[in-house]
Amino acid sequence: MHPFSYTKAADTREALDAGRAGGRYIAGGTTLVDLMRETVERPHTLVDISALPLREITVTRRGGLRIGALVRMSQAAAHRGVRALFPVISQALELSASAQLRNMATIGGNIMQRTRCTYFRDVTAACNKREPGSGCAALHGVNRTHAILGTSDDCVATHPSDVAVAFTALEATVHLLGPDGERTVPFADFLLKPGSTPHREQALRRGELITAVEIPALPRPLKSGYLKVRDRQSYEFALTSAAVALHISGGVIHEAKVAAGGVGTVPWKLPAVERELIGRRPSDALWAKAAERAAEGARPLEHNGFKVELLKRTVERQLRVVGGGK
Amino acid sequence: MSTELPESPPAPPEVSQDASSSAPSRRTFIATTAVGGAVVAGGLIAGPSVFGAEPAEAVDAPPSSRVSLTVNGERRTVTVDNRTSLLDLVREHLGLTGSKKGCNAGACGACTVLVDGRRVNSCLTLAVRLEGAEVITIEGLSKGERLHPLQQAFIDQDAFQCGYCTSGQIMSGVGCIDEGHTGSPEEIREFMSGNICRCGAYVKIVRAVEQAAHGN
Repeated sequence: MHPFSYTKAADTREALDAGRAGGRYIAGGTTLVDLMRETVERPHTLVDISALPLREITVTRRGGLRIGALVRMSQAAAHRGVRALFPVISQALELSASAQLRNMATIGGNIMQRTRCTYFRDVTAACNKREPGSGCAALHGVNRTHAILGTSDDCVATHPSDVAVAFTALEATVHLLGPDGERTVPFADFLLKPGSTPHREQALRRGELITAVEIPALPRPLKSGYLKVRDRQSYEFALTSAAVALHISGGVIHEAKVAAGGVGTVPWKLPAVERELIGRRPSDALWAKAAERAAEGARPLEHNGFKVELLKRTVERQLRVVGGGK
Repeated sequence: MSTELPESPPAPPEVSQDASSSAPSRRTFIATTAVGGAVVAGGLIAGPSVFGAEPAEAVDAPPSSRVSLTVNGERRTVTVDNRTSLLDLVREHLGLTGSKKGCNAGACGACTVLVDGRRVNSCLTLAVRLEGAEVITIEGLSKGERLHPLQQAFIDQDAFQCGYCTSGQIMSGVGCIDEGHTGSPEEIREFMSGNICRCGAYVKIVRAVEQAAHGN
């Protein structure tokens, strides 16, 4: 690990000043400290933001949710409002990492976490994300766990977060605070596809802080849930996953929010699947027909072709779990 | 697995130039080198360094900080290299070697301790961030000679073989019980999945957590 200076921000102003000066924010630190030890991350200054007042979870007036950036994963997962309103969020969180890591990692840090691509973590390998212009060792390497959607010739790494898949499905917004004030960014625009600049991962400006993630209110009743498929039963990143939320009223699906994880360079929204569902009656045939569209545009690599079919089946199964079978 | 106290091979002032022939034991070596930031500068000059690309900067001692925290009920104030993990702090500065270093990457759980009542991976926790924190390690679990119920349960259930993961398993189990995730063997397995046991003692570990949680 390279040496670094450490400062703890007493308030938001101090944090922003240190951030503007080039300091790196640290919240839970579970990704950052790990990557610093691997020398993938080499910040010269860490700005500890754990004292900032960003630990609230509030239910918004219309039944949405605002989760402060420093809320720990375990707190958000256990929160009664989260569990009652959006089980897809609590399930995605509880299927992530381990109990110890969930006690440390925060919601803001979770959506900032970096890929688990082994070449990214290995400083001797070519990686455009870590070292722009050095190439992509995964493209023709051991790429079984890599992305099939949103890839480029420069990067095929997946985004590892589970809860970000739920946020994507639910069309969350990210609240940001920077030297120039507050702004909000739709979740879909917050995480960036690699394109030719895979080292740029979030739509953050210099010194900007995430303050909260907000989930918009959705019509009720709303059923939702998260399915994660992986190489071992627990404590593992997704091969594929599906976040599903459905508003069914009078036997008809009026709202459908669907996204997939483990398959995209960013959490992958599935608008084609959603369109198949809206206005129709739940049935096993409908789930299968809609899920057939889940992998549209997929570009499998040498070792991850299985993800195309696995993705469709993951989506189909979770549609049935949430929407009911007939 | 190296510690980060300091990371580069140091030549501490306490050890004279010809001391290399006296072959200190691993633990004496680490203990000697872990005394404080002041010894580090010499080490950076002496040995091959990960900072070799910036020799001009490397002669400066790496930034360190003073931190006061409570470990097993005892107030401790230490000055640490900012890179020091809580795991290295308790093992190398405080001599509490019950917490183990398995992966040093948050993947195995051998280093699990309680910080302010929550189970965490001490290898991914920077000590410098723990001002005012209350840390409990495996050494702080028993009340004198009286073992914590989960320690006793691990003995009763024979829930280990080599024992390397055991202190982490027990600390994690204490957290798991406090969190109330012991409703079924399946729930215990899920909420203990952050602790790897290479001997494969999982069945008995689950029984031990059940015993301590439900007294059966």
